[in-house]
Amino acid sequence: MKIAVCIKRVPDSETRVKIAADGKTIDEAGVKFVMNPYDEFALEEALRRKEKAGSGEVVVVCLGPAAAQETIRTALSWGADRGVLLQADSIPADPFQTATVIAAELKGTAWDLVLFGRMAIDDYSHQVGPLVAELLGLPCVTAVSHLDIEGTKGVAEREIEGGIEVVNFSLPAVLTTDKSLNEPRLPALKGIMAAKKKPLEVKPVQAGTGTLEIVALMPPPERKEGKIVGEGAGAVGELVRLLREEAKVL
Amino acid sequence: MTTLAVLEQRDGVLRKISYEVVTAAQRLGGTVEAVVCGVGPVQGADQAGKYGADKIVTLTNPAFARYAPEACAQALAERAKQGGYQTVLFAASATGKDLAPRVAAKLGVAVAADITDVTTDGGDLLVTRPVYAGKALLKVKVASRPAVVSLRPNVFTPVERRKAGAAETVAVNVPAGRVTVREIKTAPAGTLDVAEAQVVISGGRGLKEPANFKVLEELARAFGGQAAVGASRAVVDMGWRPHADQVGQTGKTVSPSLYIAVGISGMIQHLAGMRTSKVIVAINKDKDAPIFKVADYGVVGDLFEIVPKLTEEIRKLHG
Ligand SMILES: Cc1cc2nc3c(=O)[nH]c(=O)nc-3n(C[C@H](O)[C@H](O)[C@H](O)COP(=O)(O)OP(=O)(O)OC[C@H]3O[C@@H](n4cnc5c(N)ncnc54)[C@H](O)[C@@H]3O)c2cc1C
Ligand SMILES: Nc1ncnc2c1ncn2[C@@H]1O[C@H](COP(=O)(O)O)[C@@H](O)[C@H]1O
Repeated sequence: MKIAVCIKRVPDSETRVKIAADGKTIDEAGVKFVMNPYDEFALEEALRRKEKAGSGEVVVVCLGPAAAQETIRTALSWGADRGVLLQADSIPADPFQTATVIAAELKGTAWDLVLFGRMAIDDYSHQVGPLVAELLGLPCVTAVSHLDIEGTKGVAEREIEGGIEVVNFSLPAVLTTDKSLNEPRLPALKGIMAAKKKPLEVKPVQAGTGTLEIVALMPPPERKEGKIVGEGAGAVGELVRLLREEAKVL
Repeated sequence: MTTLAVLEQRDGVLRKISYEVVTAAQRLGGTVEAVVCGVGPVQGADQAGKYGADKIVTLTNPAFARYAPEACAQALAERAKQGGYQTVLFAASATGKDLAPRVAAKLGVAVAADITDVTTDGGDLLVTRPVYAGKALLKVKVASRPAVVSLRPNVFTPVERRKAGAAETVAVNVPAGRVTVREIKTAPAGTLDVAEAQVVISGGRGLKEPANFKVLEELARAFGGQAAVGASRAVVDMGWRPHADQVGQTGKTVSPSLYIAVGISGMIQHLAGMRTSKVIVAINKDKDAPIFKVADYGVVGDLFEIVPKLTEEIRKLHG
């Protein structure tokens, strides 16, 4: 099995967001960056599929700044065979540009699977996977929470409102992974040592500007100062009154 | 200027979220053309006129009995290319999140995804989207024509604004595609999805054990079919509740009218999924729990005393 996994370097979800002086980006000082949590499911799935097939290659692809080499090394320490950093000073604000650069890198290789996370936890865009699939002309299933593959036939499950969709597809395919798909491994020390020797190719890229232009990054509106209605069951009467008369939601 | 509002159906019945799409579309001014993919007539589609659709187009194809991602995307992209539309609007529902990028890619652009506000300023389309787990809002100018936009569910409350709602049916000739839905495993009848409910009551580790969620289920029932029970990741990871119920960064994003967090501390990743709720109530025994910082109303104390009392009061109202 030849599998590509696209991983994004994102701020850790605990990060305190401080808006930079340009008013459009976050201030990265002191921010800890990690592999996008959803991409961990994609990487784990790729490694398991390769192990099960007994042969193949897992290649991680990341578009990001030079520092994203660290993110790729993490993936290599889990067991990926090699990494490609599509190096740009910054990640484009327009996901179509990101997808275009990634698709250009993936094109021309006969992948069995190309895996993505369901979404990146920084931009919440939910789209680079299906955009790349369209650009490569490959079938795509998004937000996969369960997966069976037999030869070139796949069956995936995805959560929809009030149920689960069971989807048939054919390989080669692009899949985006959701949380329930698997339990990502913890890298072993051995893997961390091995990762240092694995190939990591750095390719400078130039992404276009696209059609989404950031006007401003703003703090979320302050929620109106809430109030503690009271303590214990005795406060419930007042809570219900407030929900009815003040908030008007009952 | 025309907006193409993409509606959703399941089993031949229009999904309610469609009215939110039409409502957002009519906010942009100009005319609204609503479009839905179906095998034949879609029950409820005629209602789109009530929320501001000037015209309702049903694209029919035998593949549209269930969601057919590739066939739908092709049919919609072809429509979007013909029409001189300014904007194509989707719901950022499970289906919309899958479909919108496919259509956008065929138009050579990105989706301005999961937005919570949209305005026009002169000729510009400006959208607002929560990023970094809701810790910031990004204001984005969308320059493409058409602009492809998806709307966070439950944010654009349907507003009635009666328009002509003229109906048109067009049989489209598109291949079924390589990705097909063979089955939908539905949740037990009567269970409402947390992403769609008007009231969401979520429980966390404070519930102590899985069986205690019945306390929340009773409260949900007291709301008479409008409420769903959600969960924090902590209890989902312990296997107490299904993943479908998880609210937060690695679960669902919800924006109900009323969100009640019970025995949930309110870590940032949980807030990511619920902070755009209209009214937030927190019940927690720890007065310093971070959930009280985002809650409009808080009650400090033991949930096992407070929730049954609340159930009783709500029952009286709905009784
Ligand atoms: C990458 C990542 C993604 C994540 N995604 C999510 C996500 O999608 N959703 C999510 O929820 N979390 C998510 N988390 C986990 C999150 O950080 C918290 O660990 C989790 O939300 C805590 O769940 P909890 O509030 O149920 O548990 P706790 O934090 O343990 O809180 C339990 C609360 O119950 C209260 N309590 C206890 N007993 C009672 C009682 N008798 N009456 C009243 N109150 C009581 C306590 O005071 C406490 O505040 C994520 C974490 C990471 C790192
Ligand atoms: N800069 C990037 N480099 C590599 N993969 C990316 C990048 N941005 C997004 N992705 C992939 O696309 C998925 C969805 O991201 P998004 O569409 O930004 O929410 C992520 O989970 C990654 O798998």
